[in-house]
Amino acid sequence: MLNTKHLEDLTTQVRRDILRMVHKVNSGHPGGSLGCAEFFVSLYSEIMDRKKDFNMDGIEEDLFFLSNGHISPVFYSVLARSGYFPVDELNTFRLIDSRLQGHPTTHEGLPGVRIASGSLGQGMSVAIGAAQAKKLNGDKHLVYSLHGDGELQEGQNWEAIMYASAKKVDNLISTIDLNGQQIDGSTDDVLPMGSIKGKFEAFGWTVLEIEEGNNINAILKGMAEAKSKTGQGKPICVLLKTVMGNGVDFMMHTHAWHGKAPNDEQLAIGLEQNAETLGDY
Amino acid sequence: MKTYTYTEKKDTRSGFGAGLTELGRTNPNVVALCADLIGSLKMNQFIDENPERFFQVGIAEANMMGIAAGLTIGGKIPFTGTFANFSTGRVYDQIRQSIAYSGKNVKICASHAGLTLGEDGATHQILEDIGLMKMLPGMVVINPCDYNQTKAATIAIADYDGPVYLRFGRPSVPIFTPADQKFEIGKAIQLTEGTDVTIVATGHLVWEALEASKTLNEKGISAEVINIHTIKPLDEQAILDSVSKTGCIVTAEEHNVLGGLGESVARTLALNNPTPQEFVATNDTFGESGTPAQLMDKYGLNAATIVLKAEAVIKRK
Repeated sequence: MLNTKHLEDLTTQVRRDILRMVHKVNSGHPGGSLGCAEFFVSLYSEIMDRKKDFNMDGIEEDLFFLSNGHISPVFYSVLARSGYFPVDELNTFRLIDSRLQGHPTTHEGLPGVRIASGSLGQGMSVAIGAAQAKKLNGDKHLVYSLHGDGELQEGQNWEAIMYASAKKVDNLISTIDLNGQQIDGSTDDVLPMGSIKGKFEAFGWTVLEIEEGNNINAILKGMAEAKSKTGQGKPICVLLKTVMGNGVDFMMHTHAWHGKAPNDEQLAIGLEQNAETLGDY
Repeated sequence: MKTYTYTEKKDTRSGFGAGLTELGRTNPNVVALCADLIGSLKMNQFIDENPERFFQVGIAEANMMGIAAGLTIGGKIPFTGTFANFSTGRVYDQIRQSIAYSGKNVKICASHAGLTLGEDGATHQILEDIGLMKMLPGMVVINPCDYNQTKAATIAIADYDGPVYLRFGRPSVPIFTPADQKFEIGKAIQLTEGTDVTIVATGHLVWEALEASKTLNEKGISAEVINIHTIKPLDEQAILDSVSKTGCIVTAEEHNVLGGLGESVARTLALNNPTPQEFVATNDTFGESGTPAQLMDKYGLNAATIVLKAEAVIKRK
């Protein structure tokens, strides 16, 4: 087991950021954000090979695309704490004149964001394009993307999934946040999707599963395995089993906090369960 | 009056194909994508010469737009190719979010626009695409008039950094613009000088406007014909300068009257110099099957209608 104390500390701080950001503006999406905190921290701290100067030309570094843009709080927190922009700017989330729009965008020039997302189902196509650009450029770096499981109900994904294997886009690792929840209820209640693993495999992808998607060691191990399978003619799908609302007990295992902010009292409880580690913004 | 003649007719889509071929030879960053319509878009030669820079996406236009957006990250200049209907209405949200809002350097190249697609009928004859595209912030909208201008426009947009909608068509139409004419985005081209009426046309209607001006001239009416190849950004000054002389205007386009060039011109005039205007366009209707010539006549997108509208608008001065 790796010593992951610094990553655990960062994750706790990211959870605090998420709760405080959505509480302040009484809007935003804490549930999915909390569920993916460990994944984002692992991705930006350990998994991706990123340029140190935060140049955004997209060349000679690993790239990440967030397709389910509504979990912008975790994205913004991890980008800020990775050095893309000042942590203090998290204070401006969803406020007028902010670069931290409700859903991520390149429009306001926020470093770290490479595409607008929010209208669901578009990110995988974009990630594929970026991966194919890397191949044309002779750039050996990888492209990562993250998608909600409910988001797979959007048909464009399946166009992209079919294309990626047909064109052997094997420098792409697309992770599905398998939390089983969407706005109107569980994914099984809203629109059962059957075996997502079976579907990706049938479309010609290599599929890996991370059973403990909120365990940093499990994420690091699973993503290392995913990386090891790139360059073999097939795109890689990682099924990341997470708990929506992870780390705040009353938000866990329910779709209720998909797009709802905590009140003052709920915020206090959530922060109490996640003591300050690296310093609040 | 300056008159225009032609010795050859060609489809504007072939101008696109020729422009793309030239870009393939001169600009290593240009890549092309197609959704199962290579022959219709005349992309064959680019593909033959640059197979590694071509992406056949299959019948999946939404995916194509997303991939194009992604290809720009890393410096590629993607040109997407499919029919105008599948380049716009079918993929509006993909263009809106992944290309326009994201500010990606994608060139959306759309063939078979308008009624002149012909026999396939209304499912394929989009008459709303100019409106859809011009409403997107930051989107440049270009509708060239003949083979030479389409080729020049294709080459020019590669040097412009930002999203562009390039609209062209299927039928053979007279080639009357000079092969060596430089294409300047947003710069109208005055084709004839006139004093009685301004005729502003785009795409296939530019030649019809020239034909109309001949007829009008025979009737003693002096028409100033302006080729508006770029609908957005619109060359407002060229229009205002012309109507300050003529005092009235006819707009002509192969598009719905709602949302097209005519409305952009009307807005310009309303803000700066309210001027009588008549519209040659389809009147809030779908198309139907027929030959291109039959359809253009039935829906009044021809020189004869431009003449009638010109005579009508002059009376309103």
